[in-house]
Amino acid sequence: MRIRWTTCAGIVITALLTLFLIVPVLLSVYAGLTVNYARGISAGFTLDWVRQVWGLYSDTVLRSLVVALLTLILTLLIGVPGAYALVRRGGRFARIVEEIVTLPVAIPGLALALAMILLYGGFGAFRQSTLFVVIGHVLFTLPFMMRSVIAILETIDWRTLDEGAASLGSPAWRRFVDVILPNVRPGIVAGALTVVTLSIGEFNLTWMMHTPMTKTLPVGLADAYASMRLEIASAYTLVFLVMVIPLLVGVQAVADLSEKRTKS
Amino acid sequence: MNAHTANPTAARRGSSITTRRLSKTFNGVTVLQPTDLEIPAGEILVLLGPSGCGKTTLLRLIAGLEQPDGPDMIRFDGEDVGGVPIEKRNVGMVFQSYALFPNMTVAENVAYGLKIRRIGRAQREAETRRLLALVGMDEYADRRISAISGGQRQRTALARALAIKPRVLLLDEPLAALDAVLRERLRVEIGLLLREFGITAVYVTHDQAEAMAIGDRIAVMQRGRIAQIGAPQTIYHRPANDFVADFVGTMNRLEGRVAGGVLAIEGDGTHARLDVGGPDRTAAICFRPEAARLSAGEAAVAARVVASTFFGATQRLVAEVAPGRRLQLDLSSSLSFTPGQIVAFDIDPQAIIEFQQEA
Repeated sequence: MRIRWTTCAGIVITALLTLFLIVPVLLSVYAGLTVNYARGISAGFTLDWVRQVWGLYSDTVLRSLVVALLTLILTLLIGVPGAYALVRRGGRFARIVEEIVTLPVAIPGLALALAMILLYGGFGAFRQSTLFVVIGHVLFTLPFMMRSVIAILETIDWRTLDEGAASLGSPAWRRFVDVILPNVRPGIVAGALTVVTLSIGEFNLTWMMHTPMTKTLPVGLADAYASMRLEIASAYTLVFLVMVIPLLVGVQAVADLSEKRTKS
Repeated sequence: MNAHTANPTAARRGSSITTRRLSKTFNGVTVLQPTDLEIPAGEILVLLGPSGCGKTTLLRLIAGLEQPDGPDMIRFDGEDVGGVPIEKRNVGMVFQSYALFPNMTVAENVAYGLKIRRIGRAQREAETRRLLALVGMDEYADRRISAISGGQRQRTALARALAIKPRVLLLDEPLAALDAVLRERLRVEIGLLLREFGITAVYVTHDQAEAMAIGDRIAVMQRGRIAQIGAPQTIYHRPANDFVADFVGTMNRLEGRVAGGVLAIEGDGTHARLDVGGPDRTAAICFRPEAARLSAGEAAVAARVVASTFFGATQRLVAEVAPGRRLQLDLSSSLSFTPGQIVAFDIDPQAIIEFQQEA
């Protein structure tokens, strides 16, 4: 079979794009494993840098996971019912609320963090807790959860589903749990993926909001880069990838699984 | 028009519905004018009308999906249900778009209302099986909604609505989303099923054939009011006004001066001389296409054939009494007509209807 030139071009462009994205990452991983990056392969490979990173920064790894998890829980609790309420309400009011919720994405993270510090700076214990960072992440990621759920709600006939369940005697909260939630699951899963990814990688906002006791992984990475050898910072990237990739694959697998259960 | 042989021994179930000056205004627009309605327990009432006539609003008010304009406008068995929300009103609903839950199987959909009512698992399953068998869906109990056809979906929706033993069953254009052949088959089945159940039902449709097949009575609606309510035969043979006559089937209409009890129209070799009696007046005389009988002698009407359409057992003839004044006639398809030919016929005097002529 002859391969069409458009197919060839497609493959080439995809390959180039992939290389463009992946080469810097691979280079970073390589740097983290070399004894001396300047001398290259001749100096040999080591896991020392990775060990050092783990020793110095393992708490930031754990904290990032906790922050991402708490952020996910809060965006689920607020974002999913919130999205349904907005779609149900409809009209101009709902659109204005949606725009306001989306605002933190457009505002530079630094500005948002500054505003948070101005507001909560006086509440010492809260200001210094991990929860403070979590709140910042929720502000930033909530619109992604809400928009994802709203997009799905707009494709299903939620009003008739709700009316159908109501006619069968189901009270409002059960209609939401039994009928609306299962049918917007694809939106929730997509939103959750985005929220977790954004939260783990978030730097701007977190860098401004963190205290020495509430460093997350990307903030630690900046520290390592600013104050340590290049190899340690690179080894840090390696740790980050080892942590994030299985997490993303895992979330995707859960998503596929629940999708299959709905379809079959 | 054949499902009317209701089983007289079937137990009448469900509540009677009474509306008193029931009206609904949306943003200053009155979509339902104050309406009085008496639906006895066990009756199947069809709300028939074009889109925007208020039939769906009336149904949704009875269901509790819309709030009426005032208090005490809707009663079930004499009990005011106007303030009762739909989830407490115990009404069965069947929607045009089915409203089945895609996240549940056919059986789970039917069992949902029973689950809400905390009915035990064993009884729930038995009841679900019984209803699925009743609508001929027992083989598909474990299928996903996405894996069954439109007709099967509507049967499932009907079983689900009946499972909760509702006080009244409300159907909103349940067959409108189906293709013509399926629609015709299902309307007979649903008509029989509803009679077997003997439940009070309100059935909304814009399809007059469906209304005739299903309704014990039909309420023809027009611009937010009931234009006429009565048995299908009454609606068809004795329409109250032009609107009802035209909406339910085809109606021929000859307008002119009645002098000495006869409406006379003369054309070029054609004529209509209808003996309708009464004083001299301007009148609109109407009759259905099937009221025409071919005549050999001095016929009441002689018209020039324009075209004929073959319908199987009958053919529909379009013929002109005078230029621009066309009539439609249903005659046996064994006869053959050629355009231009004059056809002479009488009209069954019983079938002649006269509407008041608006000045």
